Amino acid sequence: MNKVYSAAMIAVIAAVTMLLRFLPFAVFSKKRKVPAYILYLGDVLPYAIMGMLIVYCLRNVQITVAGDWIPTLVCVAAVAALQIWKRSTLLSILCGTGLYMFLVQVVFV
Amino acid sequence: MSNRTILQKAFIKSLPVMAAYVVLGMGFGILMSDKGYGPLWAIACSIFIFAGSMQYVTVDLLAVSAPLVQAAMMTVMVNARHLFYGISMIGKYRNMKKFKPYLIFGLTDETYSLLCDEKDYPSSEPEKAELYCFFVTLFNQCYWVCGTAIGAILGAVFSFNSKGIDFSMTALFVTIFVEQWITSQEHRPALAGLGASMLCLIVFGSSAFLIPAMLLITVLVSVPYAYKARRGEGDPEK
Repeated sequence: MNKVYSAAMIAVIAAVTMLLRFLPFAVFSKKRKVPAYILYLGDVLPYAIMGMLIVYCLRNVQITVAGDWIPTLVCVAAVAALQIWKRSTLLSILCGTGLYMFLVQVVFV
Repeated sequence: MSNRTILQKAFIKSLPVMAAYVVLGMGFGILMSDKGYGPLWAIACSIFIFAGSMQYVTVDLLAVSAPLVQAAMMTVMVNARHLFYGISMIGKYRNMKKFKPYLIFGLTDETYSLLCDEKDYPSSEPEKAELYCFFVTLFNQCYWVCGTAIGAILGAVFSFNSKGIDFSMTALFVTIFVEQWITSQEHRPALAGLGASMLCLIVFGSSAFLIPAMLLITVLVSVPYAYKARRGEGDPEK
């Protein structure tokens, strides 16, 4: 672990997050209206980005290794099914992660 | 309303967020310790970044020693939605004074969802309203930091086989994706996000697909907008 690099990474992420949160208050006001295109992006981007983040999480799954893709596929399906059924984010995450840890530690060793 | 009553109201309002933030914060703390980062690192993230999904991504970026530019771009994409929380709160936070910078700093998804509900605080008394918003924001961050500390300390004290615990991040994003899918009528942006990312993953490989994917997603979701805007040009009603 490189401490300087890690601190810089956290500082960059914190700074960009703060910038995003403060920018609207600095740029727009009751009088200066927000451009329609920006409002539109705000509506649609969150949906697209969540799809991107799922692919990002799964980017290193190897399709040729059964012990890798089977637990992943089973658990993603389980999390999605549980979420549709119970609509409880915490329950879905805890059960999904528990199942995944069990599969990779005990079943597909 | 006395300041004490405001404190109580804010606390009761924030209770539903407590469970979520403590548990998700713990998950973050455990992941950080799993990657070799002690409790102070994890707590610093939760104090200074204070953005749930992005902190989970941060663990991953640290673990693979991602370039800082890529981290900055990733933050823009993951946290772009905060721009829009800000835009919708401009009116409400207009008269706020000493706590305003902290209110803006702490405007997470959950804080926003609690505070966009205006009927809870008296707009006739701007100082009381400001205090109420401040307490809600502060309580939420306290839950998040406490959860992080508990997770980070547990992870540092108990050694357990943590193999597979990274899946909590995938699970978090899958639940949000499903929840968005259920509550939205329009599924094209979600499909564009999945499709564009998979295409770029295949074309550019796992270490370089992210930035092309972000660009392609922005282009794809802008197409219907440009199309509508062009059609709207000839329409005198627009």
